[in-house]
Amino acid sequence: MIINHPILGPRDSSEFVYLGDATLLKRPDWQAEDAAEQFYDYLHTRDNPAGLHRELWYHEQGDRSWLVVTRDTVTHEITKVELARDVARTGGSA
Amino acid sequence: MHDLAPLHALGGAEARIDTVAGVTLTENMGLALASVSARKGQETACRAHLGELLEGSAPEPGKTVLHDPEASFWMAPDQWMVGAPFGTHEDLAAQLKARFCETASITEQTDAWVCFDMRGDGIEAVMQLCANIDIERMQTGDAVRTVIHYMGVYVLRRDPANWLRILGSRSSAGSLHHALVTAMKAAL
Repeated sequence: MIINHPILGPRDSSEFVYLGDATLLKRPDWQAEDAAEQFYDYLHTRDNPAGLHRELWYHEQGDRSWLVVTRDTVTHEITKVELARDVARTGGSA
Repeated sequence: MHDLAPLHALGGAEARIDTVAGVTLTENMGLALASVSARKGQETACRAHLGELLEGSAPEPGKTVLHDPEASFWMAPDQWMVGAPFGTHEDLAAQLKARFCETASITEQTDAWVCFDMRGDGIEAVMQLCANIDIERMQTGDAVRTVIHYMGVYVLRRDPANWLRILGSRSSAGSLHHALVTAMKAAL
């Protein structure tokens, strides 16, 4: 599987480490009234789609950037790769 | 008073030099290193300082700027490594801090790395055994981070192009040296 790194171009997936659902970028506000409930969801509940999934990959054997990879869990086709910091800064994290 | 002698990364008092069929691997102890990470919101200013230092522009992704006395390569978005001769720039991190001020976080890196220079015709065959990189397509000035025997390294292609500089973690210097020399013996 090849991941098309937005800066470095196509790289073998063996250079990357998979973390999980990209919703992890959206950490809840710890001061919210229902913070406990939000953190329960943040930590434990995940969608498990058969289809497009946005997930975090870490380029450990490259430039050590975090990426948000949109991958089809059925075909493994990767349709979009973004720098996680860009996703986080624009607020479109999940 | 203690009478302490500095040791090279491989433990010797002299730089280790290995030659196999015209390719020479030299442990290079003459390099001072410091990393530059732009602080949030200061990316443009940091890049300008680095460009000024290198009398050009900051290295683009996957590239080095081979300049004297300071040279630099790209490590990650808004992060670069700067190298210079140890003899004149032992305090490189302090020098850079004075230049970059609050635009960047500077970290002393000299003692974290072992530097090997591999020179000679046939280095491509050696690297093809060592690392999953397209060494044939790397030109002078290209830099890549990759893995040799599970150890993260930077590979820089220098001028002339039959010269590679390999930076690995100093704590694994012996293992990296073993990997490179074994590959040289196998490939050449």
